[in-house]
Amino acid sequence: MKQEGVKSNKRLAVILAGTVVAMFGFGFAVVPLYSLICDVSGINRANSNSGRATVADYMSSQVDNSRTVKVGFDITMNAGLQWQVESELQAMDIHPGKVYTVDFVATNHADHTIVAQAVPGITPWQATEFFNKIECFCFSQQTLAAGESRHMPLRFILNGNLPQQYERLTLSYTFMDTDRQDSLQIDTDGHEIIPKQQTATAL
Amino acid sequence: MTTAVAHDDHHHGAPSGIKRWLFSTNHKDIGTMYLIFALVMLFLGGGAAMLIRAELYMPGLQILDPDTYNNMVTNHALIMVFGVVMPAAAGMANWMIPMMIGAPDMALPRLNNLSFWLLPFGAAMLIISMFAPYFPGGGTAVNTGWTLYPPLSIQAGMGMDFTIFTIHILGISSILASINIVTTIVNMRAPGMSWFKLPLFVWAWLLTGLLLIMVMPVLAGGVTMLLFDRHFGTAFFDAAGGGDPVLFQHLFWFFGHPEVYVLLLPSIGILGMVVPTFSRKPLFAYKPLVYSMMCLTALGMVVWAHHQYTVGMSQTVTTYFMIGTILISIPVGYMLFSFIFTMWRGSMSFETPMLFAVAIVLMFSFAGVTGVMLAVVPADLQYHDTYFVVAHFHYALIPGALFGIYAGTFYWLPKWTGHMYNERLGKIFFWWTTISFNMTFFVQHFSGLAGMPRRIVDYSPIYMEFNVISSIGAFAFGLSHLLFLYIIIQTVRGGKKAGDKPWDGAQVGTPGLEWTLSSPPPFHSFETPPLVK
Repeated sequence: MKQEGVKSNKRLAVILAGTVVAMFGFGFAVVPLYSLICDVSGINRANSNSGRATVADYMSSQVDNSRTVKVGFDITMNAGLQWQVESELQAMDIHPGKVYTVDFVATNHADHTIVAQAVPGITPWQATEFFNKIECFCFSQQTLAAGESRHMPLRFILNGNLPQQYERLTLSYTFMDTDRQDSLQIDTDGHEIIPKQQTATAL
Repeated sequence: MTTAVAHDDHHHGAPSGIKRWLFSTNHKDIGTMYLIFALVMLFLGGGAAMLIRAELYMPGLQILDPDTYNNMVTNHALIMVFGVVMPAAAGMANWMIPMMIGAPDMALPRLNNLSFWLLPFGAAMLIISMFAPYFPGGGTAVNTGWTLYPPLSIQAGMGMDFTIFTIHILGISSILASINIVTTIVNMRAPGMSWFKLPLFVWAWLLTGLLLIMVMPVLAGGVTMLLFDRHFGTAFFDAAGGGDPVLFQHLFWFFGHPEVYVLLLPSIGILGMVVPTFSRKPLFAYKPLVYSMMCLTALGMVVWAHHQYTVGMSQTVTTYFMIGTILISIPVGYMLFSFIFTMWRGSMSFETPMLFAVAIVLMFSFAGVTGVMLAVVPADLQYHDTYFVVAHFHYALIPGALFGIYAGTFYWLPKWTGHMYNERLGKIFFWWTTISFNMTFFVQHFSGLAGMPRRIVDYSPIYMEFNVISSIGAFAFGLSHLLFLYIIIQTVRGGKKAGDKPWDGAQVGTPGLEWTLSSPPPFHSFETPPLVK
């Protein structure tokens, strides 16, 4: 009788411990699940670079000269990245369906090579899926040697299906240092390194 | 006890000396250790709160630098959640659940010993994390708040690693305790103690235990990923490497919101004992109350993202989380009605536990109302990260969790110690602590609505009056706990002898079997299972 009690205690404890292990696994399963949900629901994610144009987008695009949308460019350096990035225009008026090219110039002001990744974002986010990039420096990591400067073109089309209420969009890029050691040396109070923050705010 | 050594095998008296505590497998001794641990941590976490309020007494920087201030905010929360409320609730579960259901001890007594003795080590880790920045190479303090959001938590210094280990250790401890408690409740009930004869406190802990088993491992996974991001070059949350900081927020709040119910439910269980006793009426609508607790547990698991309305989720998603969150007010409202209807036309008396119970019903409703306000997306976008939120969750957690534990402490102290506490001092403590609590946090609603942001060391002078009131209230609130400590020590050391049934109304409805034992109960109780009619 008592022995049975001990046995069923063990059984239940093992089941509950199994639940714990399963939930710990679920925590990690959330990582791919989260990407999946974001992709399916079209939420703009940091690493998905959503809005990459396909050939179909390019071929089927019809220029709509009757409609003008203002696009502003916003550039932010993440915590202390010693780059300077400027777009040739702060903002531009565009027509849906037409291909545009904007030149971005990046300069590394640090005394060593830096590999950075630009993370894009569109505001309002609902316009993300209509803003299609053909060529972008954000598609891959960018490497600049100390003092090096480079022109980085951005080519994009705005899809004509963008709902009418969106008249102004802001495309923002945050440049991040991919070397963790560099980004870890920041004093969060900003006493030692004053982040070279440089923004070209449009609109 | 010491004279019993000659024929002492573990069925009789308690072992003597330090071994009694170090190697204890006795649920009462382990419960006592849990409660003492929680009390010690209460003063540590309270000390952090006093420093925070002293700094905020005046605008400008007086006694803390910004990183230290944010470290105090972080550790105040971590200590209060993981060091005070959860261990105190686990201590009460240890003491009361076997006695309530007529079991000789917990189902897994050695595991019980392990889950307690992990706690001091977790606490040591937490204290090391506070001092790590003062050593060379320690980096910045843990300045993230208890939510540990990246990227700040990836950049913080070595203290962060200790904080992560603290969460691992305290998490393992509470998971083990939960497995033990759930197993005890399911398997060890005395013959005839059927599910719907269980005291409400036992029900509450069954659901709390299940919740902890479900959500604690997810947080453990989240902070493990954080550790990997910090040291092993992964990029779960680092946007530069293709990760997403918002993912951590989801992982954190998947744990964090159910955690609120982990803190709340044991106290609801205590109310379910205290209110019928002092109303001398069975608990009103006991079964639906149990069902509403189940409903709360289930709903609580699926509404986490209402903490993150401002991160840019789609309208569909925020609408879902908004409706889910507002729905929670139905089971919670049901619980409060159930307590009010238990009091209705009851033969009420107002001993200290009952005073706390009545105050909880009132003040917790207030947190419920501000909670519904915060659940509404357009309103929340205004209130987010202001002192309104601080006021809301302190109204939820201090009455909802902490005062419930105080009520339980006064309710069961006579049973635990065999002595009555000093009722007059108990009442003074109640009024002192309740008034000063309201003085501290009520005004924070106003400073929050006026736009004062939380987790910032300095503030605009326009908020000064509110903060002066709040700080004075907080000092009084902190001081009142010295009286609490005094009452407990006084009761442990002596006092009026308590009868086996110190509360004359404790036998109504679904009481626990603890009142059939002597006060204090024998070291080993219910060695032969009692029969419940």
